[in-house]
Amino acid sequence: MTPVIAATSLSKSFETKTGTVGAVREVSFRVAPGEVVGLLGPNGAGKTTTMRMLSTLERPTRGSAVVAGHDLLRDAHGVRRSIGLVAQSGGTRPIATPRDELLLQARIHRLAEPARRAQAMIDTFDLADLADRPTMTLSGGQRRRLDVAIGLIHTPAVLFLDEPTAALDPPSRAEMWQHIRNLRRRAAATVVLSTHHLDEADALCDRVLILDHGRLVAEDSPARLKRQLGDDVLTVALTGDAGRARDAVGGLPGVRGVHGDGNELRIGCQNADELVSRVVLALHDNRVEVRGLRVAHPSLDDVFLALTGHATHQEV
Amino acid sequence: MHTLQDIGVVFRSELGLALRNRIGIAIGLIQPFVYLLLFGPLLTQALPGGRNPWLFFVPGLLLQLGLFGTGFAGFNLIPDIRSGFVERLRVAPISRLAILLGRVLKDAVVLVIQAVPLIVLGYAFGMAANPFGVLASVALILITGIGLASLSYVLALALPNEWLFAPTVNSLAIPLLLLSGILLPIDRGPAWLDLLARLNPLRYVVNAARALFAGQLGTTVYIGGLVAVALAGISFAVGSRLFGRRTA
Repeated sequence: MTPVIAATSLSKSFETKTGTVGAVREVSFRVAPGEVVGLLGPNGAGKTTTMRMLSTLERPTRGSAVVAGHDLLRDAHGVRRSIGLVAQSGGTRPIATPRDELLLQARIHRLAEPARRAQAMIDTFDLADLADRPTMTLSGGQRRRLDVAIGLIHTPAVLFLDEPTAALDPPSRAEMWQHIRNLRRRAAATVVLSTHHLDEADALCDRVLILDHGRLVAEDSPARLKRQLGDDVLTVALTGDAGRARDAVGGLPGVRGVHGDGNELRIGCQNADELVSRVVLALHDNRVEVRGLRVAHPSLDDVFLALTGHATHQEV
Repeated sequence: MHTLQDIGVVFRSELGLALRNRIGIAIGLIQPFVYLLLFGPLLTQALPGGRNPWLFFVPGLLLQLGLFGTGFAGFNLIPDIRSGFVERLRVAPISRLAILLGRVLKDAVVLVIQAVPLIVLGYAFGMAANPFGVLASVALILITGIGLASLSYVLALALPNEWLFAPTVNSLAIPLLLLSGILLPIDRGPAWLDLLARLNPLRYVVNAARALFAGQLGTTVYIGGLVAVALAGISFAVGSRLFGRRTA
C-alpha cells in the first residue's frame, strides 16, 4: 500500500549563539493509511519539530518527505490541503466563538455549505452548549476538543496532533482519548500524534516511533517493543528457602530463567499470566509454601529506559 | 483569483469579530468627538475670517481617529501570534498574502465605519462640505487606514516586547498629529516647523482631505492621494516582510 507519509532523512538544525543544534537528525519513516502513529520522546527529542516540518511550518535543513501524495518542498499548498494540524498551543482567537472558528476553517478550505459543516463538527465534538461563547471562556479540555474539530473539519488525509492531552486533567484526557479512538473507527483517518506519556502511546497507537536527541531510536508496535525488551517477571514470595522451589519450577515449559534469592523466587518467562497456575501447582506438589505472587509486564517506560538510558520525564 | 478569495475569507472573519465589539468601536470615537465638541467652537474664532472651521477641522479629526485607533491595530496581532491563530492560518491552504492583508483591510474598514458618525456630526455643526468630496475622502481614509494599520503591525513585530507598544505608538502619533496641522494651520507657524511638517506624509493626506471636503479637485488632492498610496504600499510591504520573518 502506498504510504500516506514517507519521510526520508528528514533533518532540521537551528543556528544558535553557541553553534548549530540538530533538532531532528536523519529521521526516516513511513505511515500507512489508517494508521495511528505516536511520536514518543522527552521534551526536546524532536517530536514537535518533526511535526512542524511535515505540516509545512518548518523547512527541513536536509531530507524530504511526501505527505498524502504531495512533496513537502515542491507542493506545500497540496500538503496543506490534505492535512490538519492541532498545535500544542491550539489556534483560536480568544474573543471568537467555536462557531466563528469552525466557519472560518470551513471557508478557508472552500467547503460546500460551511455553516452545516461547522454544525456537524459542533455536534460530533459535544460543543453544542459552547458553540456561541467566546473561546476564552472555555476550559482546557473544551478548547482542545474545539482544536481537534477545527483540524478535522475538511476530513484531512492526515491529522497531526501535537501533545493532544498535555495539560489536561484526567477526565478530559480520557475524553480526548475516546475522541481519538472514535476518529479512527469512524473515519479511518491517519493520525500522527506526539506525546511524552507512554501510557498514551500504548493506549492509542498502532505503532510508536521513539525519538531521542533528534534521532529515531526505535520503531514498532507497543506490544512488540515491550516483547523485544524481554520477559514478564513472575515473583513468588516463599516462607521457606528458595532452593527447593527453584528446582520445582525450573523445568516448566515457558520458563526462561529462575533466580532464587532468600525467600523470593523470580521467574523470567514469555507469558507470566499463562504460567501462574502451573507454577503454583508445581510448588504445591513439591510442598513449597507460597506467601504471595506478583506478575510484572515490562511497560513502554522500561522500553524507553532500555533504549535511551534515561526516563521520558527527564529533559534532554 | 484564489488569493482574492482568501483575502476575503480572512477579512470577513476578522471584520465580523471587530463589528461584534461595538463598545470598542464606540470608545474609539470618544476622543475625536470630545475634540469636535470642546475644541471645535474655539476654532471658529481662531481661524482667519471667511473660512468654514468645520471644513478645516473634521478632516483633521479623521486623521486623529486613524492615528489613535488604527495606529493601535498591531496590539491585537501579538496575542493572535501567541495563541497559535496565525500559525493555524499558515498551516492552512491559503495565500500567504491573505493572512496579513485580510487583517489590514479589516482595520481600514473599521476606520471608515468610525469616520461616518464623525462626518455626520460635522454636517450637523454646519460643515458645508461637498458630498462628492466627502465620498472621495472615504476612499482616501481607507487607503490611509491600510498604511497606518500596516505601520502599526510593523511596530508590533519589530519591538522587542509588547509593553513597549502603547507608549511607542503614543509618542509617534502625537508629533505626527501636530505636524499635520490638524488643530491649527501649520503653514502660519515658524519656517522650521513648516519644514519639519513637510517631512510628515500625513500632512499631505490631511490637506487633500480638506481640499476634497471643500470641493476642490486639484494638485493638493493628487499629491495627497499619491502619498497615501505610497504610504500604504511601502508600510504593507515592510509589514509583510517582518511578518514572514517573525512567524516563519
